[in-house]
Amino acid sequence: MQDALQFTPQIAPSSIANVLWLVPAVPMVAAGIIALLKQPRRRLASSLAIGSLGFSLLVALTAFAHVLAGWMSGHAVRETVNRTWVQVGSTNVELGWVLDPLSAVMLVMVTFVGLLIFIYSTGYMAHDENFTRFFCFLSLFAGAMLGVVIANSLLLLFMCWELVGLTSYLLIGFWYQKPSAAAAAKKAFLTTRIGDIFFLLGIVWLFAQTNTLLFYNNGAGSMEPLALGGLLAAPAALGLSAATAIALLIFAGAAGKSGQLPLHVWLPDAMEGPTPVSALIHAATMVAAGVYLIARVYPLMEAGRSATMIGTSSTTALTVVTWVGASTAVFAALIAVAQNDIKRILAYSTLSQLGYMMAGLGLGGVAVGMFHLITHAFFKALLFMGAGSVIHGCHEEQDIRKMGGLRKEMPVTFLTYAAGMLALAGFVPFAGFWSKDAILDAAVWWHPSKGPFYLLVFGALLTAFYMTRQVSYVFFGKWRGHGHAHESARVMTTPLTILAFFTATLGFLGTPAWPWFRNFLGDHPAPFELAGFSEPGILALMLTSTGVAVVGLLLGWWLYGNKSPKADERDVLEKAMPPIWRALRDRLYVDEFYGATVIAFYAWWAKVADWLDRRVWGGIVSFVTSFFGLWATFNRFLDTYWVDGTFDKGCEELSVGGGLVARVQSGRVQTYLRLLAVGVVVLAVILIWSSAR
Amino acid sequence: MTIVFWILAVMTVSGGLAAVLLKNTVHCALAVTGAFAGLALLFLQLDAQFAGFAQILVYIGAVAILVVFAILLTRGSETPESGVFSRTWLVGLCIAAGVFAVMAWAILNSASALPHESATPDVSVMQIGNALMGRYVLPLEIVALLLTAAMIGAVIVAMHEKGDVK
Amino acid sequence: MTPLAGYLLVAALVFAIGLAGALTRRNAILVLIGIELMLNAANLNLIAFWRYGPHPEALTGMMFAVFSIAVAAAEAAVGLGLVISIYRHARTTDLDEMNRMKG
Repeated sequence: MQDALQFTPQIAPSSIANVLWLVPAVPMVAAGIIALLKQPRRRLASSLAIGSLGFSLLVALTAFAHVLAGWMSGHAVRETVNRTWVQVGSTNVELGWVLDPLSAVMLVMVTFVGLLIFIYSTGYMAHDENFTRFFCFLSLFAGAMLGVVIANSLLLLFMCWELVGLTSYLLIGFWYQKPSAAAAAKKAFLTTRIGDIFFLLGIVWLFAQTNTLLFYNNGAGSMEPLALGGLLAAPAALGLSAATAIALLIFAGAAGKSGQLPLHVWLPDAMEGPTPVSALIHAATMVAAGVYLIARVYPLMEAGRSATMIGTSSTTALTVVTWVGASTAVFAALIAVAQNDIKRILAYSTLSQLGYMMAGLGLGGVAVGMFHLITHAFFKALLFMGAGSVIHGCHEEQDIRKMGGLRKEMPVTFLTYAAGMLALAGFVPFAGFWSKDAILDAAVWWHPSKGPFYLLVFGALLTAFYMTRQVSYVFFGKWRGHGHAHESARVMTTPLTILAFFTATLGFLGTPAWPWFRNFLGDHPAPFELAGFSEPGILALMLTSTGVAVVGLLLGWWLYGNKSPKADERDVLEKAMPPIWRALRDRLYVDEFYGATVIAFYAWWAKVADWLDRRVWGGIVSFVTSFFGLWATFNRFLDTYWVDGTFDKGCEELSVGGGLVARVQSGRVQTYLRLLAVGVVVLAVILIWSSAR
Repeated sequence: MTIVFWILAVMTVSGGLAAVLLKNTVHCALAVTGAFAGLALLFLQLDAQFAGFAQILVYIGAVAILVVFAILLTRGSETPESGVFSRTWLVGLCIAAGVFAVMAWAILNSASALPHESATPDVSVMQIGNALMGRYVLPLEIVALLLTAAMIGAVIVAMHEKGDVK
Repeated sequence: MTPLAGYLLVAALVFAIGLAGALTRRNAILVLIGIELMLNAANLNLIAFWRYGPHPEALTGMMFAVFSIAVAAAEAAVGLGLVISIYRHARTTDLDEMNRMKG
């Protein structure tokens, strides 16, 4: 392996880095303008959205060309622009953006795939009455996502991250009249929020330790050796260093967004949103934000080992990432086998592929995981948009058992879908093959354990199997639906064709013979040498993964090919092994498990709190009340007039107040305000007291 | 401590007290206007002419009028039979007293650390204008945006339901 | 007592009066009035600290107060709009009767 290029110290950011903020800003502004448009202004809304994202794509391509030029001339580009946002005393909170190979690649991918999906949406949503609102949300989403990509500060990243979460909520619940869509939106929001709490804790901790949230700042950023050294030395609990603990907290946030176990439950439900949303958010971009985040904070994840030791040693954080990723990959693939909703199958396959990306990050470094992210974005967007085209053509039918034989009615959709399916299953020479192969390659050489390798190979087998099942249900056999299926409009099939082209060719950026992508992200030069194929084990591994994919495909074809089961007929596998099938069909009961544990716990806790309120606190209060009452009676002998005037009244108030304490959650705003004030007093007293001593 | 300060302090505090204690809601609104005026005069006495006049314009000119309108629109001027104070007024009073005690304690305990006197700052409106258009231009724009949004929001919130208008 | 402490005490008193009003009155409009008083007390603090602070020529405190006044105006407009909207819905501005905001 060649020596890494040095990041030359930054003198001044280039002009393209200075205007990089335009990439997220323009779609956001467009979203603002569209928000003010009236519903009938459909053309204007969609052209604004598409135009703004097209502009972003141009800027992103320019930035990419700039980075590429720097890389070709032999020095790695990492340009940052940082601005002070808030200054409190001597503490500066800085925000900024960064242009380096990682963000450049991601920018081009998001803007390009996003643009195609925007165009596709004009066709898909053509008859929706809330067309302009849809494009407003889409633009806002694109802006927020691009903000995540260029952020050079964990705080800016977090802000955009939350914006992404908000728009995801809005778009999943876009058809909010459907109760299932509204519930899915809520579920997605709350589940990702769980991860975000840990993420926020990680951010605060990182700030407390390093006093900066910038990633790169000419040696003073939190992802640079100086800060990382300090983090490694600082102990946390359980024998972990602060670096590891923070890395794990950030990973929890990424797991929420990227649907890793055990926070994956929201993603399949999110398919209630319109199909372009599923393609854009829940396949290509947003769910990839978690993976991107891990890639961004990779120096933190691998703190304590040098980059040359990839494969031979691992850090605690990376080991966790690897195992979670690999388990998710197999877990979701298993469930996907037994689903019948065309979008749900794709949703579980997305989960599974996100697991591959995480595992790739953990096993082989940034380039391996990111390569799969990029190729996956293309072929999964293709698959989702193809699925949308199928759904459209079948009159909003989503059950694959009620389709069939569509390859004649929808030839373009079929051919492009087949390309996406072959890429997902990992067939030579489609993009998915090369990126998955890179992950498997890293897994083979991973010293700590061979477990992830076997898991990932098994996942690949399942992937080929369930995709074959889906394609034979949808495109082969006899038509089992109602009415006539029809091919979709050009505005929908053209993006499909473009994506299919990239799905077929993109993989050549990362073959063993020409590992351009890896070296670009890893800042090595990339010569072309066919000898790459003859490195030990590479060919054998490629043959293995091809063999696995072929086995999966044949198995699927043998079980499902060209048969036309009726909609109510039991699945072939269900006949063979009913209990396992049922468990898989019911998504391995994870939702039910959460219902029985987490949610039940909350219900139980609420009951306990209620009991405590009624018995214990209420008891104390009535004790105090009766005490005052007794005292009042005693006093009445001494001074009837005075006591009557004050204490009786006071006792009455106290007992009413007691009733209030018993039900603090009274729904009265004043009670809440009151508690707030009490909290302020208590905090002030504690502060004054602790500083006085 | 000048006499003027004491007069203004008494005016402000008694205005506030009246606003909180009086039974008739319209009287309360008038009393709070008095308190706002007292505060504006205090601002003037502190050589913050601009803030003082802004206070007069915004609070006495706009907020007080808004309050009166809201009272008239909601028939809030009628004194309810059940009393003007909530059933648990004593708890609220205790908490407010606690907050005051904590703050007064903090102020009095740090009184020796506070500066005694400083030179009267010479602040012209021109300087303020330059500051608003220069260093503070972004906050100014954001506040403008906020005000616009609040205005639209208030109109929408208080507007009749769609069915009523058409 | 220094002049600054005097202003601060007045501000604290007005704040406490406003808080007491917000906590004890039944009429939602009067609760809003109480909140306005609290905001004004905070403004008095800002101005007083600006006047007696080390760098009055920097204008920071007074600018803060001016912006705070503007924000308070927005808050009053929205708050009163809400009160009117609630009144139209529930035919009352009595907070003791509004207790539907519970789980």
